[in-house]
Amino acid sequence: MSSRLWLPGAAVFLVAALLTGALIGPVHIGLGEALESLGAKLPLLHVHSPLSPVDESILWDIRVPRVVLGALVGAMLALAGASYQGVFRNPLADPYLLGVAAGAGLGATIAVAYLPHGTDYQKILPPAAFVGAAVAVVVAYAIGRTTGGSSAGATLVLAGVTVASFFTAIQTFIQQQHSDTFQEVYSWILGRLPSSGWSDVTLLLPYVCVAAAGILLHRRLLDVLSVGDEEAASLGVHVGRVRLVIVVCATVGTAGAVAVSGLIGFVGIIVPHAIRLVAGPSYRLLLPLSVMVGAGFLVLTDVIARTALSPAELPIGVVTAFFGAPFFAIVLRTSRRMFA
Amino acid sequence: MSAEPAPALALDRASVALGGRTIVDGVSFAVGAGEWVTLIGPNGAGKTTLMRAIAGLVPHEGRIELHGEEHRRLGRRGLARRVAVVPQSPVLPAGMAVSDYVLLGRTPYVSYFGRESRRDVAAAAEAIARLDLDGLADRQLGTLSGGERQRAVLARAIAQEAPLLLLDEPTSALDAGRQQEALELIDALRLDAGLTVFGAMHDLTLAGQYASRLLLLSGGRIVAQGPPAEVLTEPLIAEHYGARVRVVEGGAVIPVRG
Repeated sequence: MSSRLWLPGAAVFLVAALLTGALIGPVHIGLGEALESLGAKLPLLHVHSPLSPVDESILWDIRVPRVVLGALVGAMLALAGASYQGVFRNPLADPYLLGVAAGAGLGATIAVAYLPHGTDYQKILPPAAFVGAAVAVVVAYAIGRTTGGSSAGATLVLAGVTVASFFTAIQTFIQQQHSDTFQEVYSWILGRLPSSGWSDVTLLLPYVCVAAAGILLHRRLLDVLSVGDEEAASLGVHVGRVRLVIVVCATVGTAGAVAVSGLIGFVGIIVPHAIRLVAGPSYRLLLPLSVMVGAGFLVLTDVIARTALSPAELPIGVVTAFFGAPFFAIVLRTSRRMFA
Repeated sequence: MSAEPAPALALDRASVALGGRTIVDGVSFAVGAGEWVTLIGPNGAGKTTLMRAIAGLVPHEGRIELHGEEHRRLGRRGLARRVAVVPQSPVLPAGMAVSDYVLLGRTPYVSYFGRESRRDVAAAAEAIARLDLDGLADRQLGTLSGGERQRAVLARAIAQEAPLLLLDEPTSALDAGRQQEALELIDALRLDAGLTVFGAMHDLTLAGQYASRLLLLSGGRIVAQGPPAEVLTEPLIAEHYGARVRVVEGGAVIPVRG
């Protein structure tokens, strides 16, 4: 496949995934009806929605916001994973590398354990998780930076691992002391897309937009960083500065995604790597493809999560790994390309 | 205006300390435009550190000037437009195409959020042609042989269009034939494009054959400099390398036993 066809191909995949997510569910809504209903929402078209008010509400207040949220989270995690792998030149880097996950987990646990009973957890978990994630990364960066040097990237990764273990230890301790928090925190840690209408979308959208714009603007510089810190510096790049900006963008976006959807694993690793294996390592193509494929992938995964055992819901993090891992194994086996 | 052009590279009491230890200790020398000067010296003498200081990768004391311009005033990009580095063991992303890799040499000319201009693409294409890489332009770096890789790295440096080419042990990974090929190529580039070459080399015979002058660095100081015949002498090599050698007619340095 010619490299010029990758972007349109990924766009078609994303649109198909979004339609699938909007149309599949316990209540049948056909493609034609959904499109007419969409037309009715647009000005100047003078189309009347064929859907009953209840179906209309199911489509626009429950399914579409959840699909859009899934797309935002999937795009953000894939993009953050790809950019972390780039700035640290480490194929195992994922969006949670610098302690985002552990920090968010600790923030959520503290909120559930110490806020008075009867608090609306749906409302309080996202900000608590976001603050925890941000604190963890800032601490990791502070530690990694002071001991930095020519191997600054590796130092930062180790600092992230250190902070993550420390925060996880505190989180486990608090959970031991407050065993009643376990259920609430655990279901959040497994990751799920809430069906709470548009509020989560509007909460997450600004973070994803800023983070994605910041990262995408650096896609050429990520290609330069692939020759290593020292050579990139000799080509005139301020490596530390570029890395800081990209890490800040990826972290802000990831913390936002984690805050609304919990810890959805694997997307940030397999989506960028699957794209690398088929489309090559250049970040100019990899980053926009990660946005579209990551979004589509998570929307489809969510369809499986909410239909496989309907009416019960599987945690989406379980589904991403269960279906994502074999898929990735196939791509890995059939592709002859080497890892960059 | 001074009558004499400023040297391509001039160091005045340049020192580099790393982790509190002085590695390069008050080094002064000049390299004229179009010259090929090679730095020799035993392991740990400070050759690589001196090269890194010239490339702006480690901070230095004293003065370094490039064509009369103060090193510190040039900034990262300014420096990258004046000095192209060919590292000892370059990082070659295996899946990257040769043409994309050579285009990275244009980085100092592209604005922060910008993309390469037509001029940049043309300069990269020219460098690819100059190093006979046309047939390999679409190949991935991971599939190249050692000699081809070396040419790709040189093409990236040439695309950088910097007047000073800095070579750190450029041929240490190559066999005898490929070494000669690479050094001949560098010499041809130097003459064609009017480049100045400053390099560090381990092979003393090759160092003497390709450089117009040698600098012998030992313990962070320059202990001898001049035409190869004056620096590659049995006593100097014995003293600073601790090696028993015979220097034969034509400047070949041959290790001897016993």
